[in-house]
Amino acid sequence: MRDFTRRTLLQGGTALAATGMLTGPALFDFAKAWAQSAPWKAEPGAKLTVMRWKRFVPAEDDAFNAMVAAFKAATGTEMNVFSESFEDVQPKASVAANTGSGLDLAWGLHTLPQLFPTKVLKMNDVADYLGKKYGGWTDAAAKTCKLGNDWLGIPVATNGGYMTYRKSALDKAGFKEFPKDFPGFLEMCKALKANNTPAGFALGHASGDGNSWLHWVLWGHGAYTVDQNDKIIINSPETAKALEYCKALYDSFIPGTASWNDSSNNKAFLAGELYCTANGISIYVAAKTDASKKELAEDTYHALWPVGPVGKPTELQLALPILAFNFTKYPNAAKAFVAFMLEKENYEKWLDGAQGYLTQTLNAYESAPIWTADPKNAVFSQASKRTLPASGIGTVGEKAATAIADFIVVDMFANYCTGAKDAKGAMAEAERQLKRIYR
Amino acid sequence: MADVAIPRAKPQISEDSAWTQLKHNRNWLGFWFMVPAMAFLIFFLAYPLGLGIWLSFTDTRIGRVGHFVATENYEWLWDDSIFWLSVFNTLLYTFVASALKFAIGLYLALLLNENMPFKAMLRAMVLIPFIVPTVLSALAFWWIFDSQFSIISWSLRHLGLINQNINFLGDTTWARICVIFANIWRGVPFVAITLLAGLQTVSPSLYEAATLDGATRWQNFRYITYPLLTPIIAVVMTFSVLFTFTDFQLIWAMTRGGPVNATHLMATLSYQRAIIAGQLGEGAAISSAMIPFLLAAIMVSWFGLQRRKWQQGESND
Repeated sequence: MRDFTRRTLLQGGTALAATGMLTGPALFDFAKAWAQSAPWKAEPGAKLTVMRWKRFVPAEDDAFNAMVAAFKAATGTEMNVFSESFEDVQPKASVAANTGSGLDLAWGLHTLPQLFPTKVLKMNDVADYLGKKYGGWTDAAAKTCKLGNDWLGIPVATNGGYMTYRKSALDKAGFKEFPKDFPGFLEMCKALKANNTPAGFALGHASGDGNSWLHWVLWGHGAYTVDQNDKIIINSPETAKALEYCKALYDSFIPGTASWNDSSNNKAFLAGELYCTANGISIYVAAKTDASKKELAEDTYHALWPVGPVGKPTELQLALPILAFNFTKYPNAAKAFVAFMLEKENYEKWLDGAQGYLTQTLNAYESAPIWTADPKNAVFSQASKRTLPASGIGTVGEKAATAIADFIVVDMFANYCTGAKDAKGAMAEAERQLKRIYR
Repeated sequence: MADVAIPRAKPQISEDSAWTQLKHNRNWLGFWFMVPAMAFLIFFLAYPLGLGIWLSFTDTRIGRVGHFVATENYEWLWDDSIFWLSVFNTLLYTFVASALKFAIGLYLALLLNENMPFKAMLRAMVLIPFIVPTVLSALAFWWIFDSQFSIISWSLRHLGLINQNINFLGDTTWARICVIFANIWRGVPFVAITLLAGLQTVSPSLYEAATLDGATRWQNFRYITYPLLTPIIAVVMTFSVLFTFTDFQLIWAMTRGGPVNATHLMATLSYQRAIIAGQLGEGAAISSAMIPFLLAAIMVSWFGLQRRKWQQGESND
């Protein structure tokens, strides 16, 4: 657990100064002025314990910590912040929800606030305040956090994952630009394989990467796990087409993707074994910050996910909502902190620190400097707008979150692609698993 | 002589305070000494087990209290192909790994029981896999068997023996072999050192007498070593089977149950369903379904030992 002091703020400020961010005294002055005029006044003696996901980009962590320290200095709120890996955030938040203690705020993944709607502090006033001030929320972000008319949490950001590829490999394969549709994408993957510069996408139990690209393939063919009424519709001709397409792709991949987890593609790409994959911007950031990988960084480009036969984007990007528990002793401080996080003076600098790993959910931040600072960042700015919620066209909530966490779609595709089951068997198994969850 | 009335002492037991009884009654004293141990067993063993079994009859999710659903979780599991695959994987994993751990462990124990140079150092070296944290060894094996960066594939390619990497963890058969191999590597020291401790208790005079009678090495093993080692073997194998059957860390760190659930054990599937996917009731049902298998393993060992009457000074059946 980390306790924030004025010294932390100054240290964080020094680290961030190099990136031109609002730092040290300037950040403190802003925070102080904000605290005086903010709609929420932190309770005297307030103390907030915050759990967040473990950072992937160090500069993002620095920016977050500087913001936390400034909030503490301006409002007098004690801030204890600790990080957990992606997989551990939900269980630990749930334990806090069950026991009614331990945490005031939890910043997690997917539809976290929907898992325990009766345990969270309604954030309607914070969502209204931020929405009106910053051009409204993106559609998927709002769906992720809303239950009826109530905001169960605030969609802080989206972790966008996009096509990451080596331009030299595409040039060699005869593609002047990254394909924009499914047939073109398949042809490109085949050509990459023929040149011994293969593509590869995780077919293992990879919570982020595996679920993202396989839902994209599924939805791109007009197939969904459930319909608008949560009726299970996975066993369909559209799904069969998606399976066929995925098998053709899989045959062109680098061997071993059936066992890949979320870090495998990063590792293979940075090692020069992989030439196209889908990932957050972390591969590019890692290459840029490693002097020995300068050439690789220059050759690395990003592209939007190609559009499937349905003719519109069908991406699944990782939502990152924050919630406050209703048993917190300091609801005003919690709301103030969440609102403070998303104020322009903080948020744009924070996006800078994240270097494209985080994407805004408030429309006004589309013009944030990070998206033009490096042309290779630009595609990631669209993640929140192009994504569907984790439930696809179904209801957002615990059942959809369970289906994702239980790798139903991933296993269906992996079963068929590896030859473990035929198309009917793979779809039947997925259907059975979904019935188990949606019973 | 006149009778002298001697006043009889009144029975005082019922009037003694609890503290007095505690001081004078050994049974009470024994009971009170047992209380901390009983409380420990109830709170830390019986209660979690009971709670787990109760949860398996509910639809509890992480984050909200569930309702009693009778055997619904078990009925769904009965028709769940992934659950049955995990049962198959668990039995295969346990049987193959335990058998090989026993064979290798026994061989190493017999070897280390011989007089040889650097015996103490060799015995210490055998323990190395056991002292490496499980997750650390699992990560090492993950690298060793990685699809792209396996040192084995790299070596074989450079020796010209293969043209492309072996798909260790991406192929269902290979993945099962790899996780079983890792489990054997990790479990052999426990078997070897425990059996070695048992071997040290066998009196050398028995071997001397047998040798004078012209017994061969095999006969020494068959008629002296093996019978005297049997109780240790039963205990070691019981624990070995239990540890292997409930293994989690090794699988989770290496494969997360993949590829296509080919290495999912009941323990890992239970964790995935209960903690990752939030369905505590169903996860508890999978865990509870492990109990009959574990009880069977314990019973085999227990009754096997009970039948050996020589332990009570009689000959064997």
